[in-house]
Amino acid sequence: MTNASVQSMFAWLVWRDLILAWRRRADVLATLFFFVIVASLFPLGIGPEREVLRTIAPGVVWVAALLASMLSLGRTFGNDYQDGTLEQLLLTPQPAYLVVLAKVIAHWIVAELPLVLVAPVLGLQFGLSQNSLAIIVVSLLLGTPVLSVIGSIGAALTLGLRAANVLVALLVLPLYIPVLIFGSGAVQASVAGTSPQAWLLLLGATLIVSLVFAPWATGVALKISVE
Amino acid sequence: MLEAKNLTCVRGTRRLFKDLNFSTTAGELVELRGPNGSGKTSLLRILCGLATPAAGEVHWQGQNIRSMGEEFSAVVAYLGHQNAIKDELSAIENLRISSACAGKILSLSEAQETLKRVGLSQQQNLPARVLSAGQRRRLAMTRLLTADAKLWILDEVLTSLDDIAVNLSREFITEHLKNGGMAIVATHQDLNLSAPRIQQLQLS
Repeated sequence: MTNASVQSMFAWLVWRDLILAWRRRADVLATLFFFVIVASLFPLGIGPEREVLRTIAPGVVWVAALLASMLSLGRTFGNDYQDGTLEQLLLTPQPAYLVVLAKVIAHWIVAELPLVLVAPVLGLQFGLSQNSLAIIVVSLLLGTPVLSVIGSIGAALTLGLRAANVLVALLVLPLYIPVLIFGSGAVQASVAGTSPQAWLLLLGATLIVSLVFAPWATGVALKISVE
Repeated sequence: MLEAKNLTCVRGTRRLFKDLNFSTTAGELVELRGPNGSGKTSLLRILCGLATPAAGEVHWQGQNIRSMGEEFSAVVAYLGHQNAIKDELSAIENLRISSACAGKILSLSEAQETLKRVGLSQQQNLPARVLSAGQRRRLAMTRLLTADAKLWILDEVLTSLDDIAVNLSREFITEHLKNGGMAIVATHQDLNLSAPRIQQLQLS
């Protein structure tokens, strides 16, 4: 038996969550289909007027992404909490925020990355230009990790509660508002033909700040929930 | 050496125990007894650092475990009511992945050897979801064997185990104590261990 470093524990934890997600891939697909369906309902409901669709596209895609990532939040810690694995993870010789960070990364890969990848296809339904499609992808790439990491705070706080899913939505959606504004702002700017750079920089800043503070807050919340 | 100093535990409005003091040293077994709801599990969770006592402190080698943080986690192995087994993984994957996440990388043969010790070599490739309650408990016990932890904290370790597995867990605990480890075991059954030093702790 060899002693592993903290980095390898971290890597194993991410790997474990990826394997578990793969064995339960129906959950992952459900989130993805939800995203596709919600975003597709709007063109169907509003009608084929190009200008209208193009104006609402950034907001619709981003709101659909927020809602889809809400759906998967409960799974971040829920299963581990129920079978007692979470306790054991908190008793491993690595700090709680690293456990959180590993789970958040796995959650992002499993639940958010597929959304980023299908978003351009959805954008086509709204008649967006290629340039705007690229901005959708970039803004989602920067913004969705924020959704995962901020969502983890809500998921940790509501562990083991009844109606946890509704509570998570109430707790987390208001915190998602800046991401929604910056993300859809970037896409809107590119649709309007101006530079989205400022919006993307704001998104990047949000990402850095949330990556520094949120895992720590989630770690504390997890310890409280497990107690 | 593990020391509990003036521990008080409150659950809701009920005080489970107050000013509990005890200490244990290497090679000693602490048998924790008490009726249902007397706070055995709460005490064990406090001792391994998962829960905070309403008052009092737990010290490991003279240091408060609150200030030790992860350093203390490295010396404890906790087996609670829940087995912490993933249904989607096979027995051997459960063992290898959970121990790698806890910082011990097992080779395939080491993992097989460990499963053999708890009598699960036939089931190593079955998904944990099809294992029986006793087999799952045996699988959870492998965590103790691989963890290299000095302090074992076991909650109702004999639940749903058959005679063979009960004897096995006795054997594991005895061996652990012989190697200078310590164990705190909450139990309703008699452990009948031949440990050199046994301390009885009664909660009421």
